[in-house]
Amino acid sequence: MATTAEGFDAHHDYGHDAHDHADHKPGFFARWFMSTNHKDIGTMYLIFAIIAGIVGGAISGIMRVELAEPGIQYLQWWAQFMGGANDINTALHMWNVFITAHGLIMVFFMVMPAMIGGFGNWFVPLMIGAPDMAFPRMNNVSFWLTVAGFFSLLFSLFVPGGTGPGAGTGWTVYAPLSTSGSVGPAVDFAIFSLHLSGAGSILGATNFITTIFNMRAPGMTLHKMPLFVWSVLVTAFLLLLALPVLAAAITMLLTDRNFGTTFFNPAGGGDPVLYQHLFWFFGHPEVYIMILPGFGMISQIIATFSKKPVFGYLGMAYAMVAIGVVGFIVWAHHMYTVGLDVNTKMYFTAATMVIAVPTGVKIFSWIATMWGGSLSFKSPMVWSMGFIFLFTVGGVTGVVLANGGIDDNLHDTYYVVAHFHYVLSMGAVFSMFAGFYYWFPKMSGRMHSELLSHIHFWTFFVGVNVIFFPQHFLGMQGMPRRYPDYAEAFTFWHQVSTYGYYIMAGSMIFFFVNIAYALLAGKKAAANPWGEGATTLEWTLPSPPPYHQFETLPVITDSMDYHDHRPATA
Amino acid sequence: MKKALLALAAGLSVLAPMNVAAQDSVPAAPVAVDAAPAAEAAAPAPAASTYTPMAPTKGKGMPTSFEDDAAKSITFQDQYSDNGEYALWMHDRILMPVITIISLLVLGLLLYVVARFNRARNPVASRTTHNTAIEVIWTIVPVIILVIIAVPSITLLARQYETPPADAVTIKATGYQWYWGYEYPDHGGIEVISNMLDEGEAVRRGEPGQLAVDKRMVVPAGVPLRIQTTASDVIHAFAVPSLWFKMDAVPGRLNEKLLTIKEPGVYYGQCSELCGARHAYMPIAVEALPPAEFAAWVKAQGGTMPGEEAAAPAAAPADAAAAAAPAAAS
Repeated sequence: MATTAEGFDAHHDYGHDAHDHADHKPGFFARWFMSTNHKDIGTMYLIFAIIAGIVGGAISGIMRVELAEPGIQYLQWWAQFMGGANDINTALHMWNVFITAHGLIMVFFMVMPAMIGGFGNWFVPLMIGAPDMAFPRMNNVSFWLTVAGFFSLLFSLFVPGGTGPGAGTGWTVYAPLSTSGSVGPAVDFAIFSLHLSGAGSILGATNFITTIFNMRAPGMTLHKMPLFVWSVLVTAFLLLLALPVLAAAITMLLTDRNFGTTFFNPAGGGDPVLYQHLFWFFGHPEVYIMILPGFGMISQIIATFSKKPVFGYLGMAYAMVAIGVVGFIVWAHHMYTVGLDVNTKMYFTAATMVIAVPTGVKIFSWIATMWGGSLSFKSPMVWSMGFIFLFTVGGVTGVVLANGGIDDNLHDTYYVVAHFHYVLSMGAVFSMFAGFYYWFPKMSGRMHSELLSHIHFWTFFVGVNVIFFPQHFLGMQGMPRRYPDYAEAFTFWHQVSTYGYYIMAGSMIFFFVNIAYALLAGKKAAANPWGEGATTLEWTLPSPPPYHQFETLPVITDSMDYHDHRPATA
Repeated sequence: MKKALLALAAGLSVLAPMNVAAQDSVPAAPVAVDAAPAAEAAAPAPAASTYTPMAPTKGKGMPTSFEDDAAKSITFQDQYSDNGEYALWMHDRILMPVITIISLLVLGLLLYVVARFNRARNPVASRTTHNTAIEVIWTIVPVIILVIIAVPSITLLARQYETPPADAVTIKATGYQWYWGYEYPDHGGIEVISNMLDEGEAVRRGEPGQLAVDKRMVVPAGVPLRIQTTASDVIHAFAVPSLWFKMDAVPGRLNEKLLTIKEPGVYYGQCSELCGARHAYMPIAVEALPPAEFAAWVKAQGGTMPGEEAAAPAAAPADAAAAAAPAAAS
C-alpha cells in the first residue's frame, strides 16, 4: 500500500496525462520522512496502526492462551524472555505489563492513529475538496510524535517497573500503584509515551479543526459536509479539550514519582481519587474519540451501498455533537465504587443513560437509511451491518452498567471487559475494517478480493463473538478483570473465549492475504468502484488520487445537498 | 458430596488455626502461589473450642461452573442481601428484557432490510431522507424507557446509601499488598489478617481454590453491618458478588457502606482493583454466623461484645498484636 501511489504510474499506462501536472513526487526519504502530503501521512498512519495492531493483538493472544486454564502456565517464561527474574511475582507482574501494553497500544497506537490519523488524514481533505491539510508540516510532526510515543512505550517493557520489567499499572495508570507502587523507570517511559502521542493528537486535532473550518470547497457549508467530516470535526474538539487534562494528570504523576510532589499521595494532603477524576475526564471523551469517526464512516458506507442519502442528516450530525458534549459530563461512571456521594452517583447514573438517546438516533437512522434502499452487500456494507448489530449489543450492556447500583456488582469484572470490547473491538474495529475495504481501492488504486473480505468478515464476526460474549457470563458470576488466574468454576467460559481468539486470529490471515493479493495482483480500481451510491468528492478523483488534488477547487452549487457532491455531468 | 465436604471440613478444622496462627512471616515475605502462606497447621489453637470455620455450601456465595449448572454459570450469583435481591430483580426483570428486546429489534430490522431491500428485490432506491414523526418517536421512546429504568435504579442507589444505624456492627477492611486485614473496633479491637490459602490446602478444607482464606472476616448474619474500607499502600477493592457489594479501599480515605447479610453462610469475593503483582491472590471470605455464634467467635478472638467489660485487655488481642507486626512491616 505504501508504494502503490508512487509505483502506479510507472508500471501502468494509465492516467499519465491526467496526473502529470500534479504528480511531482519528492524522493523516497523526503517523501516518507519529511512528508507534508496528507495522503502519504495518512498511509503511514494506517501502516503504523496495522503494525501496532499486530503487536497489541499478539499480546491479547498471550493473555488468552494464559487464561485458557486456571493456574499460571506461560507467564514465567515470558518474564524471563523479557529479561525478568525467574520467580512467581515477576511472572505475575508480566501479566499486568501485558494488560497495560495491550490497552495502551490498542487505544493510542491502533484505533486513534487508524481512525483519525489514517482515514481522517486521507479523506477529510478529499471530502471537503481541499488540496491538503491546513498545516502540512505540523501534520508530519503529529505522526512522528505518535511513532516516538510508541517506541517510548515499547522501551518501557525492557526496563524495571517495580516487581519486574515493564509498566504494570493498567492503561488507566491509577495512583498510587503508578507512583509509590511502581519503582523503576518503566512507568515513567509509559507515561512519557502518553505525553508524546497526546501532543501528536492535540496537534492533529488543531489541524483538523482548522482544515475543516477554513478549507472547505466553495459552497460546502457545514450542513452540506459529509458525515465523516462531521465526525472528525467533533472528534477533534474532543481531543483538543480532553487531552490537555490527561497531560496535566500524568504530568502530576511524573512529578509525584520523581520530584517529591504529593498531588495524589494522601500522606502529603493529596488524593488518589483526584487522579481518577482527571483521568476519566479525559478517558470518557476518549472512548467517543475512538468511536465517532467510525460512526462517520458507517454513515458514508451505509448511504453508498443503499444508494440513498443518509436518513436524518442533521439529526445524525447533531447526535454526534450531543454525544461529544454529554461525553464530557459522565466521567465518574468509571468510578462508581470509589466512594462517591449518593447524589453524585445518582447524577452520573442519569447523565450516562442520556447518551443512549443520541446513540439510538444514530442506530435507527442507519437502519432508516437502508429502509427503501437498493442494498448491495459489498464488503464495506457487510462490515457496517455487523457494526450496527454488535455496537447495539455493546451499547445496551452500557445501559446496564450505567446504573450505579447495578454496577456495584459488575464494576471491574469481565462484564465490563465484554462491554467495552463489544463497542471497541467490535464497534470501532468493525468500522475500521468497513472503512478500510471502502477506501482501499481509492487509496491503493487496486481492488481487493470481495470473496476474501467476506470470509474475513464472517470468521472475524464469529471469532470476536465467541471471545467476548461468554465474558458477560464470567463477569456476572464475579470474575474480576486483570486476573491472570482464576477459580476453577470460571474455567469453561474462559476456554470458550480462548477458542474464540484462535478463530479471530485465523480470520486475520484472510485480511493480510487480501491486502497482499490486491497490491500484487488486484484489478485496477476505477475512480468510483462502488457505483452510483458513492457521491462524495473523493470518488470524483482517480484511484489513487493524484499526489496533489483539487488544484482547481470543486464547487458545491446551491442545487447540491449534503449527499451528492459530484459535478454535473451535462 | 456435601456431607463428605462437611465432614472433611469438620475434621480439618481441628488442625486449622483459630487464633494465634503464625502470621508474622506471611505478608512481609509473600511466597509463591503454590506454596502455603504459612505453616498454620502446626500452630496451636488454644482458644478455638467455641469456633470452627463454617463449611461453605457449594453454589452459595461462590461462582458456579458450567459443568455444575450451565444456567447458573451464565448469570449473577444468588444474592444474600436485601439490596442484592433488589438489584438482581432489577437486572433480571427490567434491564435484561429491555436490552434483549432492543438487541433483537435491531437484529430483526437488519435482517428485514437485507431480505426486503436488497438490490434484487428493490432495484430502485427511494429518496426518503426525512420523516419527522418517526424521528420524534425514536427519540421519545428511548427517553421513556430510560425514565422507566431510572426509577428502580435511583431507588436502588438510595437503598445502598442508607446510613448504618448507630448500633451497626463495624468492620474495617484494610487492603494491603496483597492480603486483607479486618478490624472490629466495636469488639475490643480484634484484628484478623486474612491470606489466601494455597490451592491444595483449600481443597483439603473443602473450599474453592483461589477464594479460600486462612482467616475469614466473621460477621453476624441478619444484623446491619457498617463496612468500612481503606488501604495502606495502593488502591484495592473489597468485593463480594453474592452480596452485591463492592467498595474501593483507597489509601487516605475511609469508605463506608451498610450491608446486611440475610442468612449464615460463607460468601467469597476477590480484590477488584488492580493492586500489583499478586492482585489475583488476595481473596475475601465473609463468614456470616448467627449472632450468638458471632459473639462466641468474638470471645474466642479475645474481643468483647459492645457494652461488655473488656475481659483482660492485656491478654486479649493476641491476634491483633501478631497481626500488627506485618502491617507495620508493609
